[in-house]
Amino acid sequence: MSTLEISLTIAVIVAGTIFTRAFPFILFPGKKEPPPFITYLGVVLPMAAIGMLVVYCFRHVTFVSRPYAIPEVIGFLFVVLIHRWRHNLFLSIGGGTILYMAMIQSGFPFSLPF
Amino acid sequence: MKRKALRAAFPYTLPVMIGYIFLGIGFGILLTSKGFAWWWATIMAVFIFAGSMQFVAVDLLVSAFNPLSTFILTLTVNARHLFYGFSMLSRFQSMGKKKPYMIFALTDETYSVFCGVDAPADVNADWFYFFIALLDQVYWVLGCTLGALGASIIQFNSAGIDFVMTALFIVIMIEQWEKTRNHLPVLIGIITSILSILVFGADKFIIPAMIGIILLLSLFRRPIEQRNLNEHA
Repeated sequence: MSTLEISLTIAVIVAGTIFTRAFPFILFPGKKEPPPFITYLGVVLPMAAIGMLVVYCFRHVTFVSRPYAIPEVIGFLFVVLIHRWRHNLFLSIGGGTILYMAMIQSGFPFSLPF
Repeated sequence: MKRKALRAAFPYTLPVMIGYIFLGIGFGILLTSKGFAWWWATIMAVFIFAGSMQFVAVDLLVSAFNPLSTFILTLTVNARHLFYGFSMLSRFQSMGKKKPYMIFALTDETYSVFCGVDAPADVNADWFYFFIALLDQVYWVLGCTLGALGASIIQFNSAGIDFVMTALFIVIMIEQWEKTRNHLPVLIGIITSILSILVFGADKFIIPAMIGIILLLSLFRRPIEQRNLNEHA
């Protein structure tokens, strides 16, 4: 891509991102209260959305070929357990990432000598 | 007034600071590894300011120029932001000149902070939320720039660094899980998404999953609201 094409591609992404973020505010402008159903969605959608985002992060993981999602499952369990235990973000996120990178880069578990 | 709001906002942004600097560094490293100058990372962090979309953008920038499919892919990847806006309608209503920036800066992480905190009673709520959003973007721009600059100086193996985003979302999910006994919404999110991946594939699952989630949440509105009421009683 040329510099112009790179700039245009970025501009299109900026426009698309702003559109998705602004759409609800365009749909319900002004001071009027949104309908109760929208208010209900505002409470429960965030919870559902987080569930969706976690799945989104694992969307390319496969169980049918190497490494059979083993690094992902271990990484996931590590973050869940360590976070429920210590509630320390640095430990959960930093530790989980370093553990995962170590597994990916070493070819774990197929690099083990057994 | 502003300084007090900034001081009150800062501690709530610390988790995002860690996540964004990690993830931003990962992004900067990835982008420069494809041959881009470091300042492209800064430009993207300032103007796009969307974590997963910036990672997707790296793929797009090394493919053939195609604005239409770029736009559609952006809408698909960012479609979850529609969720966020709906729950921030009333909170942003009074924000006047700050409102456009609040909407622009409504990322996954900033949104998750907004869901978890209410402004302390003795600070100006509008400035409090504004500074949370602004600080988060400062971290993101810093992280992306640092990663891109650093990668042009130091060489290291960054494979797997994108797990930082996964870990962040898992942590947010656990925090939400512990805050309520009403787990039906998050379970609907997880199960619908997995089913959607199985049916539509990993790269096309988001829109069908969103539709399914909204349908199921509508269907189970009565029991969910009943449980929420019981919890607050």
